Amino acid sequence: MQFLYTHLLSELIFLPIIGAVIILFTSRLQRADGGEMVAPARIIAVLVTLLSLLICVPLYIGFNNNSYAMQFVENYHWIPSLHINYGLGIDGISLAMILLTNFTGFIVVLAACQAIKRKVAQYMMAFLVLQGVSVGVFAATDALLFYVFWEAMLIPMYLCIGIWGDSNRNYASIKFFLYTFLGSALMLAALLYLGMTSGSFAITSFYKLHMTMMVQVLIFLAFFLAFAVKVPMWPLHTWLPDVHTAAPAGGSVVLAALMLKMGIYGFLRFSMPITPDASQMLDWLMIILGLIAIVYIGFIAIIQKDMKRLIAYSSIAHMGFAVLACFMVYEIIAVSNNIHDAYLSLEGGVVQMISHAFNTGAMFLGVGILYDRLNTRMIKDYRGIAHRMPIFAAFFMLFCLSNVGLPGTSGFVGEFMVILSAFQAHFWVAFFAASTLILGAAYTLWMYKRVFFGAVNNEKIAEQNDINALQIFVYALLAIGVIGLGIYPDILLNMLHSAVDHILTISIQHRL
Amino acid sequence: MLSTQAIKLLSIWTILTPLIGAGIAGFLGKVIGRRATQLMTILGVLIAFIFSLILFDVIVINHSKALTFQIFNWVHSGSYQFNISLLVDHLSACMIVVVTFVSLLVHIYSIGYMAHDKSDQRFFCYMSAFTFAMLCLVLANNFLLLFFGWEGVGLVSYLLIGYWFHKESAVVGSLKAFIVNRVGDMGFILGIAAILSYYGSLNYQTVFQQTPHLLHQTITIIPGWHWSVISMIAILLFIGAMGKSAQMPLHVWLPESMEGPTPISALIHAATMVTAGVYMIARMSPIFEFSTTALSMVIILGATTCLFCGLLGLFAFDLKRVIAYSTLSQLGYMMVGVGSSAYAAGMFHLFTHAFFKALLFLAAGSVIIAMHEEQDMRKMGGLARYLPVTYICFLIGGLALAAIPPFSGFYSKDAIIEAAHLSTIPGSSYAYICVLLGAFVTAAYTFRAFFMTFHGKSRIAPELKGNVHESPLVVTVPLVLLAIASIIAGFMLVRWILYTPSQTALLGNSLFILPVHNVLKEMAQNYHGVVNMTIHGLETLPFGLAVLGIIVAWLTTMKIPQLAEGFKHRLPWLYAIFVHKYGFDEFNQIVFVRWSRALGNFLFKGIDMLFIDKLFVNGSGRVVATLSRVLRVIQSGYIYQYVFIMFIGVLVLLVWRLIT
Repeated sequence: MQFLYTHLLSELIFLPIIGAVIILFTSRLQRADGGEMVAPARIIAVLVTLLSLLICVPLYIGFNNNSYAMQFVENYHWIPSLHINYGLGIDGISLAMILLTNFTGFIVVLAACQAIKRKVAQYMMAFLVLQGVSVGVFAATDALLFYVFWEAMLIPMYLCIGIWGDSNRNYASIKFFLYTFLGSALMLAALLYLGMTSGSFAITSFYKLHMTMMVQVLIFLAFFLAFAVKVPMWPLHTWLPDVHTAAPAGGSVVLAALMLKMGIYGFLRFSMPITPDASQMLDWLMIILGLIAIVYIGFIAIIQKDMKRLIAYSSIAHMGFAVLACFMVYEIIAVSNNIHDAYLSLEGGVVQMISHAFNTGAMFLGVGILYDRLNTRMIKDYRGIAHRMPIFAAFFMLFCLSNVGLPGTSGFVGEFMVILSAFQAHFWVAFFAASTLILGAAYTLWMYKRVFFGAVNNEKIAEQNDINALQIFVYALLAIGVIGLGIYPDILLNMLHSAVDHILTISIQHRL
Repeated sequence: MLSTQAIKLLSIWTILTPLIGAGIAGFLGKVIGRRATQLMTILGVLIAFIFSLILFDVIVINHSKALTFQIFNWVHSGSYQFNISLLVDHLSACMIVVVTFVSLLVHIYSIGYMAHDKSDQRFFCYMSAFTFAMLCLVLANNFLLLFFGWEGVGLVSYLLIGYWFHKESAVVGSLKAFIVNRVGDMGFILGIAAILSYYGSLNYQTVFQQTPHLLHQTITIIPGWHWSVISMIAILLFIGAMGKSAQMPLHVWLPESMEGPTPISALIHAATMVTAGVYMIARMSPIFEFSTTALSMVIILGATTCLFCGLLGLFAFDLKRVIAYSTLSQLGYMMVGVGSSAYAAGMFHLFTHAFFKALLFLAAGSVIIAMHEEQDMRKMGGLARYLPVTYICFLIGGLALAAIPPFSGFYSKDAIIEAAHLSTIPGSSYAYICVLLGAFVTAAYTFRAFFMTFHGKSRIAPELKGNVHESPLVVTVPLVLLAIASIIAGFMLVRWILYTPSQTALLGNSLFILPVHNVLKEMAQNYHGVVNMTIHGLETLPFGLAVLGIIVAWLTTMKIPQLAEGFKHRLPWLYAIFVHKYGFDEFNQIVFVRWSRALGNFLFKGIDMLFIDKLFVNGSGRVVATLSRVLRVIQSGYIYQYVFIMFIGVLVLLVWRLIT
């Protein structure tokens, strides 16, 4: 038991991967009529993700909120000659992201049980691997291990888009792969440089390095490219709408809920603490890019005709908040000279990440449900869905409202915290950030109005039935997340305080 | 005397019972059926009403001091702590009584009004949820819960305007309402952010206590301009109030909100939600008092809305829209009241207006039931003999609205006009003229609607003729109760709310007024009892104007209809301005809707698709392809070409060596 308890993180990484291997063996099974035998893959996938969720329980209970140090540490030599270790460990932010990963994995697999009818075993495999590897990204304390997981994410995602994707899947999957891969090439160079200078690839050892401004800026830019592509930040964002429209619903959910978060996670774990002086010097650039994401992308989202594309753009706008939240801290501390004033901003950014995963994930699933039935994502092809699918409409309304940032939903918490902090940085930062109140409402609710309201004028819509029990169950889980976090966000914030404090402390040191 | 703990529980349950009702209606409504849903939601609101009365008794009647209760810690982050906490004082205790009273009556009324709707569980769910959010807004002890309630009522208003979502006009109206409100909310949230960054807390007490210390702080928003921080905060908060309380130029959503069912027009868009802005300013009096600039803005915009939106009421033919314009105009009155630092007068008008405007809307609803969904006054006329109870109630509401003594509207409106007269805040003379003319306009449009609907020749569609009859008891009983309140609220409260020393006044110490602004104190010297005021009211200018308004309405609708036609022909440009409602809708449509779509299209197609994607992303792909095509030529595989290139290379090297 003790062994199992001390290796919870490894279990969370490898359990899904082992599950995927087992599914591999079932993929050859055929039904009597020669069709695919899908039940074993579905059952195994659900069981594995459920088990992973259960493993999260001792992880959450055993986690000490009051310590900033990495917990559940595992450290083994991997390539001793190069001082590369298999090092895992989590702080509050990692924990939050890992809980989110496992929750999302469970949701996606459940939803896929109905949505996916072709190559089910392969699909489940891809997603189990994605889940395990994502946990690895958030748990790695060794830079090269992090890089391995980071790149390993791309393969199942690439396959998922390329195989189960839509008409534009070839262009999109290549674009996705090249963008993210080229972005991270420079990160690898930066990591190698850091590893060589510090003599170890443990990320914490990078935090002690003193580097000249020139070197810091170069490393910052190398990281920036990798993370900004993932977030994605303007002007590196154009791959995301293409990929979302081509990806199957589950792929979009994982993309929005997990992969985009890795960019922000990277800023928090690498850019800010490793190159604090460069981050401070270039914070204006990041703030401006964050605001561009909110305002510019907001306007673009309004005129989208494709639901998925609209939600993808709204994702970019919401992640702009998270970027803003990270880099605003330098301005806030410069104004008030009190590190405690910056907590609100950074924690708001993390809340925004989690909340965005819930509501955007749910919206993508919803579009998937509609697409399955009517085979179109175009807003103009829909009208009056609420007449035929009232339960679905009610759930979708809830997630839209969270997207709009209505109080009582999780979407409000992050936006509120970030806008309130932004005012301390500068009036105009707050002003442009607050414009999301109008823009977000405009694009989200205008879409809702066109799809769900109005009179039914289409025979296909007229014969639709409401969502079934499994879909209601999935949506209910997400709704609990959205409302729970909206009403009592302290439950998440308590997890974050120590980690945020630590990251802030080392991110404002001068290490020239 | 109740213990503090008991009061805390009482106030929490006042808020929660409507929410529970809404939850039952929303989740179990289909299971337990319509009748049970109606009963449960009404029961929830009834309990809230009873609890509110008990709180009112404890706080106001027995003069308890203001109590604050912390419920739980919402966010705790670094230096900041945001709580969910409640404030029960004179102001909120009065307000919750009004809110729950009107809400209760509207719930009951809705049983009758929504009788034809087969699935009205959703309607009752929304209405109870609205009551919950409104109570949160009123009882909030900090800006967080205030904003929660503020957005909550906005959401339910959005959902209810679009309740009949198969109607295109309804969903367009609801979206417009939400987005215009959000424009105000953007100002509001910036105001809250400013408060946090200057006060370090969102709690009312902390903020109010520290305000005098911030008087000389300035902020530079545009380089070279130094603005007072207090003024900036007050103006940002007022922008929020402009959205919710529909002050020009953010008033455009309220007329379109009439697409919703009539009961909610009474509850949300007349009695409670739209007055939240006025309530908020009264609540924030310790901030607004220190900014003459902000008060001046409040009074000028309020007065403008009061007169100019009132004028629009003269040109509408939809019965509900006439009342909606009158709501805009009356909200303008309230704003003038609070803007001239007579917060109590503004709140007084809020209370009386809640009664008589809810009454008018519900009476209009009763007409609409009788007319089978017909709202156009041109197709009514002579309804008095079919709908006697509705007729009397509408008349009482109309007299109260037109400020005829001794109906309630007279006392509150007279106080506001007098306050604007005495106020020294810049813009108050303009406001005085507007509110005076407003008295004439109010009476004119109210009685124009009254005469067109209930008197004169019947213009009812022939197929409806035999079917028009008085509404059932669930409809008329709330009407009668509101009519009673509309008659008595004025003279019962006037002394208590306006002219009593602050410790024992109805609103107690909740309002803060600087001595230099205290117009009510000046007015109190001329107050010699309610009877005196009523009789004196008959000789004042506003009363004369109101009577003139009624006469004009009578002349133009009943006696000489040609007058109205004559106006149309004599001054077509002026008529066009009014019919187009000063062009606000067209302006918004062109400038905001069309331009932002054009901007979105430009950013999307011009920059995203063309510049970034085509030029850079696919461009870099093409560069690689072109480059490889060039390189492919060199890598032909023919040995003699390679040897030739090697030879050239060696030659170049040699020559270069020789030169250097």
